[in-house]
Amino acid sequence: MTVSKDRITVEGLTGDAAIAHALRQADLDVLSAYPITPQTIIVEDYQKFAADGQVKAKVIPVESEHSAMSACVGASAVGARVATASASAGLALMWEILYCAASMRMPIVFTVANRALSAPINIHNDHSDGMGMRDSGFIQLYCQSSQEAYDTTLMAFKLAEHHDVLLPVMVGIDGFIVSHNVERVEMLPDDEVSKFVGVREPVQPLDPDNPITMGPLALTDYYFEFKEQQDKAIQNVPRVYKEVEDEFEKLTGRKYGMFETYKTEDADIIIIAMSSMGGTAKVVADALRERGDKVGVIRLKMFRPFPTKDIAKAVGKAKAVAVFEKAMSFGAATHPLALEVRTALYEAEQRPMIADFVVGLGGRDVPPITFVEGVDKTKEYLKKGEAPLYETLGVRK
Amino acid sequence: MSEKYNEIPMAGNIIEPGNSLKYKTGGWRAERPIHTDETCLWVKNGTCGRCWIFCPDNAVVLTEKDGKHAYAYNLEYCKGCGICANECPTQSIHMESESK
Repeated sequence: MTVSKDRITVEGLTGDAAIAHALRQADLDVLSAYPITPQTIIVEDYQKFAADGQVKAKVIPVESEHSAMSACVGASAVGARVATASASAGLALMWEILYCAASMRMPIVFTVANRALSAPINIHNDHSDGMGMRDSGFIQLYCQSSQEAYDTTLMAFKLAEHHDVLLPVMVGIDGFIVSHNVERVEMLPDDEVSKFVGVREPVQPLDPDNPITMGPLALTDYYFEFKEQQDKAIQNVPRVYKEVEDEFEKLTGRKYGMFETYKTEDADIIIIAMSSMGGTAKVVADALRERGDKVGVIRLKMFRPFPTKDIAKAVGKAKAVAVFEKAMSFGAATHPLALEVRTALYEAEQRPMIADFVVGLGGRDVPPITFVEGVDKTKEYLKKGEAPLYETLGVRK
Repeated sequence: MSEKYNEIPMAGNIIEPGNSLKYKTGGWRAERPIHTDETCLWVKNGTCGRCWIFCPDNAVVLTEKDGKHAYAYNLEYCKGCGICANECPTQSIHMESESK
């Protein structure tokens, strides 16, 4: 039974504010963060909830993001439910501790308003920060709307804290595009959220009565075995994520999957994009179908672990895949999303052509016309029988 | 050290306090300390003990029984650092290569 409508609160919320409400309802024990645009509202709003006595959590303001994530690891180690938020340079300053959080198996929820990395300094959206941390061991979920940001933040705790997972989760929203854009958000009543997220049951907490050592030295003899454990844990994520989402769907009627497909079944060309670009891509697919081009869209939500086999299945017999992505891996064969997609499709019976378009760096707008340009180029490449490994679109060159 | 990944605690956690005793670091040693009773102040009259104070691995074992003082090393943990030999005021300790 979904929660009845009269118990749902509907508010106009930015993506950041929606996440702050999810954190308020998730009954955190500790939130430690350092302010950085465009994430600031998350912590600002949460601090207000704390000042007004609406939450019991200990809010720890720190002198840097390195300390913020370190405080989160410490709090998580004693068994607390913990969250933080950051973006861009702040996320980059957490770098060392991101790996510690994941390797020490701390189920921290890390909300990120994705923003470009310096230099030049830029406060707007792209996915450089999220893609930079993609090998840290965090689960990564990228959201398209304020509603999805709220929903995903709540689900993230259940996913992270599940005993078959025990890994930190990054919940990403596009900086400014979602973080500062007011949308209609449906919020669950507090008691339903409490029931849904439950209380964290730590597996091996720090406890003075049962002393243990966490994060010790492991050299050539044991280190590799701990990485094997970590790899096994992240492979459990798709199964647990589905269980969590099924439970959430029963409450709300909403679900997102590891990715969303739109008109892919008969598509010749499939656009693969993440986050807010998904909405634009769907509008473009509709318009191009009116023109006679069979275009579909895969909007990827879960980047880590990458749903390799499911993506291959969803692409099916499409002739081409046009990847649109907001990050560069300088000097790589192609860029982060396309690298994954190419790998996923390598074993396909009829391997489709893959075009990779790097767009929107530093918040450069990605309007529908950019997608149309990419799809038109992909059509040309299909005719020619070959495509470049990648190209940039929407840049003056 | 033959345990598989699923036979050891999560994330490298050490769930048994004090189990570093099981880690016999004596195997690291390239040189071993050789001690001479004749000039040692501990053996002579139960004084000094600088080697015992400075040893980072508690590998110097000083004992006293019925007024007699004995001197020994715990070579399971002595890494052969040579601090004891360096600190000895009477040159009663010297280091000798393990390959000898």
